[in-house]
Amino acid sequence: MQNKQDDPAVLRLENLSKRYSLDRPAVFDGIDLTLRQGEYLAVMGESGVGKSTLLNLLAGLDRPDNGKVFLEGVDLSGLDDDATTLLRRRAVGFVFQAFHVLTYLSVEQNVALPLDLLGVAEPERTQRTMEMLTGVGLASLAKRPARELSGGEMQRLAIARALVHRPRLLLADEPTGNLDPRSAAQTLELLRSQVKANAGAGILITHSRTAAETADRIVVLDSRGLHPPEPYV
Amino acid sequence: MNAASAASGSLFIWRVLLLAQLKETPGRLLITVAAIALGVALGGAVFLVNEAALNEFGLATKRLVGEADVVVRGPREGFSEQILVSLARDAAVEVASPVLELNVALPGRRDTLKVLGLDPFRAATLQPALIGEIGADIFKLFAPDGIYLSNSAAQELDLRRGDSLQVIVGNAPTTLRVLGILSEDNYVQALGLMDLASAQWTLQRIGQLNRIDLRLAPGTDVEAFRRALALSLPSGVVAVAPQVERDRAVSVTRAYRVNLNMLALVALWTGAFLVFSTQSLAVLRRRRSLALLRALGATQGQVQWSLIGEGAVLGAAGSLLGVLLAALIAAAVLKFLTGDLGNGQLRAVGASLRSGLMPILMFFMLGTLVAGIGAWLPARAAARQAPARALKGGDGDYAVVARTSWRFGLGLLALGSGLAWLPPVAGLPVFGYAAIAALLFGAVLLLPALTLRALGLAPGTHRIVLDTAVAQLRENVGISTLSLASVIVSFSLMVAMAIMVYSFRVSFEHWLGKLLPADLQIREPVGNDTAYWTALDQDGMASVAGVSRIEFRRTTHLLLDSERAPITLIARAETAAQAAGELPLIRSMAQPPAGATPPAWISEALQDLYGYKLGDRISLPLAGRSRTFTVAGIWRDYARLSGAVVITRPAYIEASGDRSANEGSIWLEASADPAAIEAALRARFARGDSVEILTSSALRERSLQIFDRAFAITYALEAIAVIIGLMGVSFAASSTALARRAEFGMLRHVGMMRRQVVGMLAAEGILTSVFGVAYGLALGTGLSLVLVFVVNRQSFNWSIDLAVPAWQLGVLCATLILAAALTAIWSGRAALSIDAVRAVREDW
Repeated sequence: MQNKQDDPAVLRLENLSKRYSLDRPAVFDGIDLTLRQGEYLAVMGESGVGKSTLLNLLAGLDRPDNGKVFLEGVDLSGLDDDATTLLRRRAVGFVFQAFHVLTYLSVEQNVALPLDLLGVAEPERTQRTMEMLTGVGLASLAKRPARELSGGEMQRLAIARALVHRPRLLLADEPTGNLDPRSAAQTLELLRSQVKANAGAGILITHSRTAAETADRIVVLDSRGLHPPEPYV
Repeated sequence: MNAASAASGSLFIWRVLLLAQLKETPGRLLITVAAIALGVALGGAVFLVNEAALNEFGLATKRLVGEADVVVRGPREGFSEQILVSLARDAAVEVASPVLELNVALPGRRDTLKVLGLDPFRAATLQPALIGEIGADIFKLFAPDGIYLSNSAAQELDLRRGDSLQVIVGNAPTTLRVLGILSEDNYVQALGLMDLASAQWTLQRIGQLNRIDLRLAPGTDVEAFRRALALSLPSGVVAVAPQVERDRAVSVTRAYRVNLNMLALVALWTGAFLVFSTQSLAVLRRRRSLALLRALGATQGQVQWSLIGEGAVLGAAGSLLGVLLAALIAAAVLKFLTGDLGNGQLRAVGASLRSGLMPILMFFMLGTLVAGIGAWLPARAAARQAPARALKGGDGDYAVVARTSWRFGLGLLALGSGLAWLPPVAGLPVFGYAAIAALLFGAVLLLPALTLRALGLAPGTHRIVLDTAVAQLRENVGISTLSLASVIVSFSLMVAMAIMVYSFRVSFEHWLGKLLPADLQIREPVGNDTAYWTALDQDGMASVAGVSRIEFRRTTHLLLDSERAPITLIARAETAAQAAGELPLIRSMAQPPAGATPPAWISEALQDLYGYKLGDRISLPLAGRSRTFTVAGIWRDYARLSGAVVITRPAYIEASGDRSANEGSIWLEASADPAAIEAALRARFARGDSVEILTSSALRERSLQIFDRAFAITYALEAIAVIIGLMGVSFAASSTALARRAEFGMLRHVGMMRRQVVGMLAAEGILTSVFGVAYGLALGTGLSLVLVFVVNRQSFNWSIDLAVPAWQLGVLCATLILAAALTAIWSGRAALSIDAVRAVREDW
């Protein structure tokens, strides 16, 4: 396993391949990518090209058929499920298209979930939670049940939850897919600013060109692998 | 919308929903169908067996009584033939058929053989079916010491025509000759037929009868004749309609049969609760789909009827399977257990499943109906939900349900508590059962409010697994309540039954200890009319070396009321103080009466059935005369359902002149060897080992074994009900876990370990089941009070003291909590096995 200090990249993919069954073509094959500290990358592609599969491999939620994923310089293939979970708990934040907010918890409890899992004690837990909620504009709703939030508010909550523990890597999978254009624009802006403020690096998975353009760099995933986008004609 | 299009719309929605359910959760539907089938099968089988046994009893009595219009019935020791002479002279009597009906003791057997001594010519007129083929050669029956045996008796005793049959008369064996075997068409059950004179001679009842069957002349007012005749008969002899004979035979077992039916129906009701919780969860799971149907134009009625239809289909499928199973079980019980369902009093040799289509149809309808009822409440709730709110998802507003249901629940609890105080109806604890139903339903309706309150009290622990579990339960209190309902119903009933049976057993043991204080017990077969010990025999037994004291008893039967079964008279002890000291008295007079009205101690059944109180006068027909006694005490008796009365032996001898005895308790000298004494006692009998001699501890052990066997079926039925209830919990757990796959997926994404998610589910399962078990325990204890002090008391007319089987209940509670936690974990693991990654994407 490569030592963390030897690798300045937050995330590095080496010759990554994934296939779901032998009688079907590979989802992707031979992908290389390096994401450095402070970098915010958008991955675009049509539906079914494997954007979400790629994201799952990056987070250690799925195993590649070939190649390696290094997160904070740690080779994920050398870790068991518990170790991967512990690494993910500390180093990764997630934002989903469907929000996945626990409606039976309050807004504050939802945001504090990663801190609770990391065992952050009071008063630091509440302080960091409220800072995040203030950052996403939900401080006034902290005590409200999460089920009472609108879709846009739920996604802001999800962003706060994804970043409250200051992960090295934020992974956002179609975070604006369920939002109206105005909420979507606000969410993208918030996501970018929060990644820059609280995370080491971020990857935004989207099929929206507008959304992708909020990132520092855009790559396209298709049958040829990851490559820069073609210029508009 | 016209009716036809509404109906076709309902049908369409019903088909779509049902097919979707079948496709999504076939296993769950299958288990629900199986639960209904089990309930219907148990209820149906108990009903069919009882019906067949009762039918057989009816047919047998009909054969015995034949075409009589009136039956004159006397005590077992009989009445004078003079009654026959005067009846034969009565112009209104066309035929008077005299009968000597005795239960004859057989060497080496604890049971007896019913033997009828008949006048063959008159019996051929009144009981032609019974006499049957003997009628062709009726003179054969006159052979001295000759007996015809029914096919069943011949098989049981392994005898053939020409063989010898030994019977015990007095203290000695007497040999009878088997003249022939009657075919099953004549009489299915075990029976012996003798010529009346031969029977009187052989069985030492010269000049005695105990039954006369009368056929009246055409045009006679039968009821008026019977009433007038009853007034002219001596004390202890009654004139009854033939139907009363049949009813008397079955009335003793009625309470037991009704209780068994109720118990069997518990399984069916638990099945209905399972349908209720399955359908409720299905409705919750499909809340959005149903709201979408409403949004697309389906009416409330269409949604409601299609969901009720879903439940009814499950009920119909289960019921169909259930009635088939019921018929199979009933046929097996009748064939292999001769219709005996545990209490030993309803054996009906030869009974077969003759029930028509109606009972089968009735149970099919019942199963379908209860399933429909189980589906009705969730269907109504689903139809009434606001589509806009439901489309947003969530569990629904259970706070509202809790607010509205708790008042109704409290009302039902109050009603149930009130009903428990009402008296029985026709000897059955109808209000007791109603009280149990009201308390059960009331407690279930209180559940949402109490669950909300209990979860509200749970403090935050700052431990993510526990706090998240509590928050989840608090949010989804509706699902928690539903999953708990079926297990609480079945568990509380099991707790109630366990407490009742344990209380009964403790009281029974105490009762046995009081009744069996001596070292040895000696007796002739219970219920026999021919074996007894003369005063000389008694002296011989008392003189056996090593015997310190023998108390002899005379047990016989008396008819106090023509409509009721005979009561048992026990003559025991030399003095009133001794008799009172040996009885498990509940109440007694401080000073037993002396003089003209000697004391009598009556059992609780006699008190309840005949209305006697302490200090009342009671008339007992002894030797054809009515003798008055004073009720000096009420005692507890678990052996004689029809009632029993104890008088001192001197009082009995004075009234009847009968010095014989048929039971005894033997106290041994300190150094005596019980086995040697037993051998010495047996040597005094010409018939060797046919008399029953047992140590009191052996008799106690045997009695307790019989007790446990009698309650085995109740334990089995209750265990089935709890298993059905646990299935409800399992359905709820798996349904909830599947619905929460996305949640588990998200938690795995943010770094919750698999074991933490499983721990969270275990915590939820344990919290839910601890609450359910505590609630079921409290409810079951309440129900046990109704069972012990109302249902049991009113059904069997005996009291029992409340005793709680603490460690059994503890083990049961722990098992249930463990099972519920394992179920929750298993369901969670099943949900977690689906890739967490896929789970969070399922909503897309």
